[in-house]
Amino acid sequence: MTFEVGSGLSIGSILFTVIIVAAMLIWVERRLLSLWQERLGPNRVGPFGLLQVVADMIKIFTKEDWVPPFADKLSFVLAPTVIMIVILLSFAVVPFAPGVGVIDSNIGVLFVLAMASLGAYSVMLGGLASDNKYALLGSLRAAAQMVSYEVFMGISLLGVVALAGSFNLREIVLAQEGVWYVIPQFVGFVIFLIAGIAESHRLPFDIPEAEQEIVAGYHTEYSGMKFGMFFVGEYLGLVLISSLITVLFFGGWMGPFLPPIIWFVIKASLFIAFFILLRAAIPRPRYDQLMTFGWLVLLPLSLLNLMVTGAIILSMQ
Amino acid sequence: MIILFYLAAAIAIISTVCMVLQNNIVHGLIYLILSLLAVAIVFFLLGAPFAAVLEAIVYAGAIMVLFLFVMMMLNMGQHSVDQERSWMGGRVFIAPAIMSGLLLAQFLNVLRDYEFELVPTEIGVMQVSSLLFGPYVLAVELASILLLAGLVSAYHLAKK
Repeated sequence: MTFEVGSGLSIGSILFTVIIVAAMLIWVERRLLSLWQERLGPNRVGPFGLLQVVADMIKIFTKEDWVPPFADKLSFVLAPTVIMIVILLSFAVVPFAPGVGVIDSNIGVLFVLAMASLGAYSVMLGGLASDNKYALLGSLRAAAQMVSYEVFMGISLLGVVALAGSFNLREIVLAQEGVWYVIPQFVGFVIFLIAGIAESHRLPFDIPEAEQEIVAGYHTEYSGMKFGMFFVGEYLGLVLISSLITVLFFGGWMGPFLPPIIWFVIKASLFIAFFILLRAAIPRPRYDQLMTFGWLVLLPLSLLNLMVTGAIILSMQ
Repeated sequence: MIILFYLAAAIAIISTVCMVLQNNIVHGLIYLILSLLAVAIVFFLLGAPFAAVLEAIVYAGAIMVLFLFVMMMLNMGQHSVDQERSWMGGRVFIAPAIMSGLLLAQFLNVLRDYEFELVPTEIGVMQVSSLLFGPYVLAVELASILLLAGLVSAYHLAKK
């Protein structure tokens, strides 16, 4: 078996690596947060606390898998699987390096957007099935937030697509041979970054699960491995957004001296660390502030960005 | 390919029937989403990747999310399930079943003389868009005006 796009080895190692990285991020995030907040963080289990994740996994797997009697069983069980499936499917179109990837699709960007829009069902069904006030409030917020920010996410990408002339993510990387798209598409990059955080509902945009207001939001009633899937799903989303930013705006695997896959890992890790730093540095906005900011600032800005990009491309021809 | 096509088509039909027969409105919605995704796969296999992915983004990903959103606002519980069950008796199905049976008979009759070739040519995003913004640009503009009218009236109603 050789390493090429779509080979069993390639698919298997991507799936394995992505899930392991997402699980390890739980430890990385706690250590980094404590570093920035001048604490120690989890450092007891194994060297540097590296085995903390293993301990957490043992705990979460042996917990009782409890479905509340008042919950709607089908939707309650379905909800956490949706987020995992949808995000893992999105990784199928991400080009990690030359020859490493699952599929080279001509509709790659659209596929990612489709999967992101299906991801909204996870939080909505989870909150609705729980039959709990806080869960319902959380999922109402999540629904409005994800549906709104999907719009800006899509429009902010169109500038890149117009420049590269393709929806294929691998071709988008190859089109950045000369200059990374972060320079001509800086506005698009910033909008995509913000929309990406909102889409994976991480702090500072974790309004659907704000502990101080609505207990744990849409996953209040969840425990055991079902909660674990929501939790790992969030980190998978973080890895996905970082990989997408790397691919779309920072030239993917391109870079001097080091092998391509190493460059990809370095760039993606920098964005993951940046997202964790954001969590440590920025407080959560109010819900109405988030929505107003989205519709009154990000939407006009992304449309303007698209129009200006289109005009420049036309005038260059 | 053909096996995948028939599998997706069967899923689409079965999940649509399940959606109609379902008493629980949220479960019905999940079946409808499943049916739309199956139709997206059918589109993809027939060589229309753009239509397939739009089906997933627009229908399954946006319109159905809004349906679910409204359902969450109304928060219908056991009460609505019971009401639905009392409505969905055996006799309700007679008239729709006859009509769909007639339609199916007609459909099969038409399909009988039709030559099939399931070796589709792929129509990419580029071809679809050059048609949309070439000969059909007027239709696209009219559709966008309709959407604008909808937006303005929604704004007006929300203001009241």
